[in-house]
Amino acid sequence: MNTSLWTIFSSFLKIGAFTFGGGYAMIPLIEAEMIEKRGWLTREEFWNQLTIAQSIPGPIALNTAVFVGYKTRGVKGAFAALLGVVIPSFVIILLIATVFTEFKDNPTVTAAFKGMRPAVVALIAAPLISMAKGMNWWKIALALGAAAVIWLLGVSPIWFIFAGAVVGICYSFRPELGTEGRKEGER
Amino acid sequence: MIYLNLFLSYLKIGFFGFGGGYAMISLIYNEVVVQNGWLTAAELADVAAISQMTPGPIAINCATYVGYTVTGNVWGSLLATVAVCLPSLTLMMLATKFYFRLRDNRQFKGAMSGMQPMMIGLILSSALMLFGESTFIDWKSWVIFAGCFVASVRKVNPILLIILSAVAGIVLY
Repeated sequence: MNTSLWTIFSSFLKIGAFTFGGGYAMIPLIEAEMIEKRGWLTREEFWNQLTIAQSIPGPIALNTAVFVGYKTRGVKGAFAALLGVVIPSFVIILLIATVFTEFKDNPTVTAAFKGMRPAVVALIAAPLISMAKGMNWWKIALALGAAAVIWLLGVSPIWFIFAGAVVGICYSFRPELGTEGRKEGER
Repeated sequence: MIYLNLFLSYLKIGFFGFGGGYAMISLIYNEVVVQNGWLTAAELADVAAISQMTPGPIAINCATYVGYTVTGNVWGSLLATVAVCLPSLTLMMLATKFYFRLRDNRQFKGAMSGMQPMMIGLILSSALMLFGESTFIDWKSWVIFAGCFVASVRKVNPILLIILSAVAGIVLY
């Protein structure tokens, strides 16, 4: 592999600057730039590892950049890709943070933010409708309970992430589950 | 001291940030609003709104923003941003290296499926935490919320909704 670190960096800089609205928005850009145009990895490799990028903690955009960079040029590639994808948002937010302190009390800016705050809550809540559709009642009850405790008692969500992982790991040790799973896979 | 707290908090956010941006807001809220008091709920909602309109993940945007406002300089910003990136960088390289072993590991899969219902709970708590007297000031807030909720369920572009709600805010208030 002789892909230069600069190429990796500049490709991800472009992706970092034009990816609005979360990690999934960068997928078509990566497909066009890195799979079709440059052939850094196959489509199959990309989609397989994307599921891992979604399971590992951290923003999906970062995880995807790190794995594509690492696949292409090892540790150096991972660093180059990470820097590329982070720099645009870092610079833009830093500019906003420095300017925002001066415009914070401007009546037009205040009014605009009053309008945007409930909109943000709506954007977070809306996907829950489709997520809850495929779930059985006890999973929904569990989610409601966790949300209530985090919200009302100020308990850190970290404990619930831990608890979920531990329960899942204990469950995976059940021997009969394993054989069932394999039978299903063979069918 | 403030720099150490900033570093550790954002390291934690990076390390436990499962399930994407909306689930992470719950974690960010707990660290930034509840435990350290660096931002108010309304300010975090503002950062989330800015984050929708600018490129990049909310965790990064929030780290850069809070790092600057808490310390008043660029170094605080840089430190928090590096902290939130470190777990992604190290864990994702390991996961790529051991991909095949990880893929077939039942315990790993078990942990993932166990965390899944918790993620829904986290997203719900994110919404509940940002919902309060400082973000819902009167009936007009409810109208904007209802409109955006219905539009978002019907897959209207979120950037467009944020811009429209900003315009609505300027007209209404």
